Amino acid sequence: MGRRRAWLVIAAPAVVLFLAFWLLPMAKLAGIGAATPQGMDASAYWLVVTQPRYWQSLINTVALSLGATLATLVIALPVSRFLARHPDFPGRRVLMSLLLFPLAFPGVVVGFLVILATGRQGVLNTLSKALSGDPMVLAYGMAGLFIGYLYFLLPRTIGVLMTAVEGIDKHWLEAAQTLGASPWRRFVDIELPALTGALTAAGAMCFATAMGAFGTVFTLGTRIDVLPITIYDEFTNYANLPVAAALSVVLGLATWAVLYVANSLAARTARGN
Amino acid sequence: MRHSRFDTRLGLTATLAVAALLIGPVLLSVTAGVTRNYFVGLSSGLTLDWIVQVWDLYADTIWRSYGVALATLAITTIIGVPAAWVLTLFPGRLSRLLEELLTLPVAVPGLATALALIVSWGSVGWLRSSVAFIVIGHVLFTLPFMVRAVRAGMQGADLVVLDEAAATLGASRRRRFFDIIVPAARSGIVTGALTVVTLSIGEFNLTWLLHTPLTKTLPVGLADSYASMRLEVASAYTLVFLLMLLPLMVGLQWIAARSTRHGGLGLGAST
Repeated sequence: MGRRRAWLVIAAPAVVLFLAFWLLPMAKLAGIGAATPQGMDASAYWLVVTQPRYWQSLINTVALSLGATLATLVIALPVSRFLARHPDFPGRRVLMSLLLFPLAFPGVVVGFLVILATGRQGVLNTLSKALSGDPMVLAYGMAGLFIGYLYFLLPRTIGVLMTAVEGIDKHWLEAAQTLGASPWRRFVDIELPALTGALTAAGAMCFATAMGAFGTVFTLGTRIDVLPITIYDEFTNYANLPVAAALSVVLGLATWAVLYVANSLAARTARGN
Repeated sequence: MRHSRFDTRLGLTATLAVAALLIGPVLLSVTAGVTRNYFVGLSSGLTLDWIVQVWDLYADTIWRSYGVALATLAITTIIGVPAAWVLTLFPGRLSRLLEELLTLPVAVPGLATALALIVSWGSVGWLRSSVAFIVIGHVLFTLPFMVRAVRAGMQGADLVVLDEAAATLGASRRRRFFDIIVPAARSGIVTGALTVVTLSIGEFNLTWLLHTPLTKTLPVGLADSYASMRLEVASAYTLVFLLMLLPLMVGLQWIAARSTRHGGLGLGAST
C-alpha cells in the first residue's frame, strides 16, 4: 500500500491547476456575489431573488430548458429504439455519423444554423411565403432558441438512450409477448421501467446543458431574456459585477445540483436492476 | 423477436425527421458558402470567392485555434494521464470525489467559469492579454474528458497487478509509467486527445469572455462574422470550421466503432 501511495504525487498538477484556476476563483466569485451593488441596499444574492427582472429571466430559462428537455426525450426515444432494434440496415453507419456529427458543433454555430433554417432569409420563411403568402420567422425569439436547444440536445440524448435500449434483456420482452402482452403493454410495463434511469440521467444532462447554453442565444439575438444573456449583460453592459457573480453562482449551483441528483438516482436504479 | 409495425414506422419516421432537422441546416450552410449570391440561389453560380475572403479576413483565428487546441492537448495529456492512473489505483470514495470535482467545470456553465477566472486572474496583465488565459479555460473544460477517456482505457487490462509485479521485479516508477501504463492506455489517450482537440477548436462560451481583440479564436471569429458579415461569408467560414471538425469526428467514430467498452461518443461541445 505504501508503494501505491507514492503514486499520489503525480496527480498533484491536476489538483493544483483545479484549485488555482477553478475552485478558488469560483469561491472568490461567490464572495463577490455577497457584495452590495452600487446604489442598492442589499447583497446581490438578495437582489437576484427579489427583483422581478432577475427572477423573470430565471423562470424563462427554467421553463424553456424544461420544455426543450421533455421534447428532446419524447423525440429521441422512438429514434433510439429504432436504431437499437435495427442494428443492420443499409446506410445505418452513415446515418449514425450524421446524427452524431452535430455533437461537435458549438452553440454559436447551432444558432447560425437555426437562422439559416428559420430566419428572415431562411428556408422556412421562403416555403411559408410560397405556400400561404405569410412570412414565418422563428429564429430571433424563444421559438428559435427552442429549436436550437433541440438541435444540440438530440444528438446527446440519442446515444445515451440507444445504449440503454440495447441493455434491456430481450427475454423479458419475448416472455411478455408469449404471454400475450400487446406491444403497447410491453412498452409501458417492461421497457419504460427499464429505461427510467437512463431517461432521468439524459433528462438531467439536457436540462443542465440547456440552462447554461450561451453561444446559441448569443447568435440568435441578445434580446432574448434568458439567464446566460442576463449574466453577460450585467457583466459587460452594466459593469454590475456583484449581480453577474450572484447569477452565475445561482446558475452554476442549479445545474450542478440537477446533474448530481439525477446521476445518483440513475446509479441507484442501475444497481436496483 | 418481431417488432410491431407501428413501432417500426414511428421509429423510422422520427429517425428520418431528426436526421433532416440535424443535417438540413448544415447542407444549407455549405451551399450558401459556395453560392455566388444566396438570395438569387444556386442559379447565380458556384464560387470559392467567399472561402478566399474568409481566409484573408480570418486566417489568424484559424491558426490561433489550432495553436490553442494543441497547447490544451499537451497540458491535458501531461497532467490528465497521471491523474487518470491515480484514480484507477485508488478506486475509493476520495477518488470519486476528486473526479466529481474535476468534472465541475463541465457541469457548471462556461460563463460562470470565465467570470471566476477574470475576477481572480484578470488583474495579472500579461496573463489577461495572452492566449495562455484562453488555454487555461480550455484545459479546465477539456481535462475531465481526457481523464475519463484514459480511465476507460486503463480499466480493461489488469494494470494494477501488472504494475505491482513490475515493481517487485525492481522497475522504477518512471519506467513502469512509460513502459506499462502509458502503452496500455494508448487507445484511451487517443480518444481523449481527439475529444480535447475537437472541444477546444469549438469552444466559445469561455473564450468569448477570455479573449482580447488580439487573441481571437475561430469560434470568436465566427460569432463576429455572424453579426457583421454577409450570409455567404459567414457560411463559408462555417464551412471551413466544419471541414476542420470532420477528420476529428471521423477519427472518434472510427475508434468508438472498434471499442466494445462504451457505445457512444462521450463528447459535447460547449453550447
